[in-house]
Amino acid sequence: MPIYEKNIECLDRESLEALQSERLVKQVKRMYERVEVFRKRMDDLNLKPEDVHSIKDLHKLPFSNKQDLRDNYPYGLFAEPLENVVRIHASSGTTGKQIVVGYTKNDLDMWSTCVARALTSYGATKNDIVQVSYGYGLFTGGLGAHDGATKLGCTVIPASTGNTVRQMNTMVDFGSTVLCSTPSYCMYLAEELEASNLKNSLKLKRAVLGAEPWGEEMRKQIESKLSIKAYDIYGLSEILGPGVSYECECQHGLHINEDMFIAEIIDPITLEVLPDGEVGELVFSTITKEAFPVLRYRTHDLCRILTGTCKCGRTFKRMGRIEGRTDDMLIIRGVNVFPSQIEEVLLKYGQGITPNYQIIVDRVNNTDTLEVKVEMNENLFADDVKSIEKISSKIRDSLRSVLGLSALVTLVNPKTIERSEGKAKRVIDKRKIK
Amino acid sequence: MSVKQVSVFVENHSGSLLDIISLLGENKIDIKALCIADTVDYGILRLIVDKPTEALNLLKENKYVVKVSDVVAIKISNEPGGLKDALKLLKEAAINVSYLYAFIGSYGNYASVMLKIDDEAKAIKLFNKNGIQLLEDKDLVN
Repeated sequence: MPIYEKNIECLDRESLEALQSERLVKQVKRMYERVEVFRKRMDDLNLKPEDVHSIKDLHKLPFSNKQDLRDNYPYGLFAEPLENVVRIHASSGTTGKQIVVGYTKNDLDMWSTCVARALTSYGATKNDIVQVSYGYGLFTGGLGAHDGATKLGCTVIPASTGNTVRQMNTMVDFGSTVLCSTPSYCMYLAEELEASNLKNSLKLKRAVLGAEPWGEEMRKQIESKLSIKAYDIYGLSEILGPGVSYECECQHGLHINEDMFIAEIIDPITLEVLPDGEVGELVFSTITKEAFPVLRYRTHDLCRILTGTCKCGRTFKRMGRIEGRTDDMLIIRGVNVFPSQIEEVLLKYGQGITPNYQIIVDRVNNTDTLEVKVEMNENLFADDVKSIEKISSKIRDSLRSVLGLSALVTLVNPKTIERSEGKAKRVIDKRKIK
Repeated sequence: MSVKQVSVFVENHSGSLLDIISLLGENKIDIKALCIADTVDYGILRLIVDKPTEALNLLKENKYVVKVSDVVAIKISNEPGGLKDALKLLKEAAINVSYLYAFIGSYGNYASVMLKIDDEAKAIKLFNKNGIQLLEDKDLVN
């Protein structure tokens, strides 16, 4: 299989680490000068940029996390003035407020390189017709995949999400050879294509799937249903968007774009760095990003760095599949959901009292479902159906606008939601990542 | 001139109604009339009982969500067209009925109708003026 940038993706480890060190030192200095929050944290630790000589000093640096983005909303962590920022993306945060990230022209160029490397590693070339069925907009998925495929020279179809019939017709009529979507949507499309007898009219060869966790069982099903190869792509908007890491033809771990991102695995409790092979929390430092750089950013994703070299020839380290989260964030249909967002909506309609609730996430016909069970109380109750329905539909509408997802709201008897040690069990995730 | 109605939230599963009815029975609360509004997920059980305050406290103690509200109760003749006159009056006055339910009492050829009405005061005035007999809590107690 061809490699997009062989000189970098297959660079010997020694040279790669030298490159990382050089870039890290520069980034630390730049951020110390430009990002007040970072400077304060360094000062608190009695650290000066001069104390960082190489990647061996990375562990000395302070961690950063999602709360920093909220505290410094919207532009407080930017290291470039807005005149140099050409793109903004955002994703949902825990308190309804979005988290905002920015990109310079160089950042966008770097991002599209990451995605072009990924597409090439999946076997795509400029001769491919790439249907991007990630959401376009503030979400990084759509435009991220779009720009990467454009850079590679592919014919890009910006289909965005929704309208499955149109997606299928587009795929058949335009002869799409690559689909970019969430794994669950790809699975859903596969079934719909099968049901519509359109499977044999497809030219599809590969799918680029990301934005939610998935596993080998799902890969097997997608690959056999559509007779294609399905590849994983990983990313998060705080670091870049899709393209932070990517699988190769070996489909065994995702190569991290290490010339731009340094990955560490830490013990989420002691915060000590763990050796390769051990499962812990994934932490990233962006050593080339200009507008929105972060150092030691805690993703709260649990995974391991795979040991050994990869047969594909790339020297970039590989991360294993995401095995879980260290916080209570749920990823539902590719959307980040925090239970606290749901709690706030319920508080608003419960006349100041949060009713007891439970969030039930499941995967039915390969689509994530979200149900919110709400214990009935006297503030919500009325003697006529109309009044109760009015409240429950208000809750439903509000959840949809806050989360960007539709949820089923079910009213249940008081004291029926399962409690453990007096605390209600807030989240039941029935999905199995296989 | 209205009657106290006790409403209870009931989840849709077998036995939930039985639990409430048994509880009331064991505590010697007599049900005069009842009706259930049902939706896909839940129901609202509406009760007219001889001791509404006791019923309210009892149900609350047993962790039910309960509400007491007023409904207008009228006495109509138990024959074809009996309800028509009352509804016609409401219609002509553009008064909306949210729900109603009826039962045949043990006192002769009459039926009692419970009405949940938007503009209760106006309806009561109208019924009084047109000779439709209104019932009170005490009328429903044997």
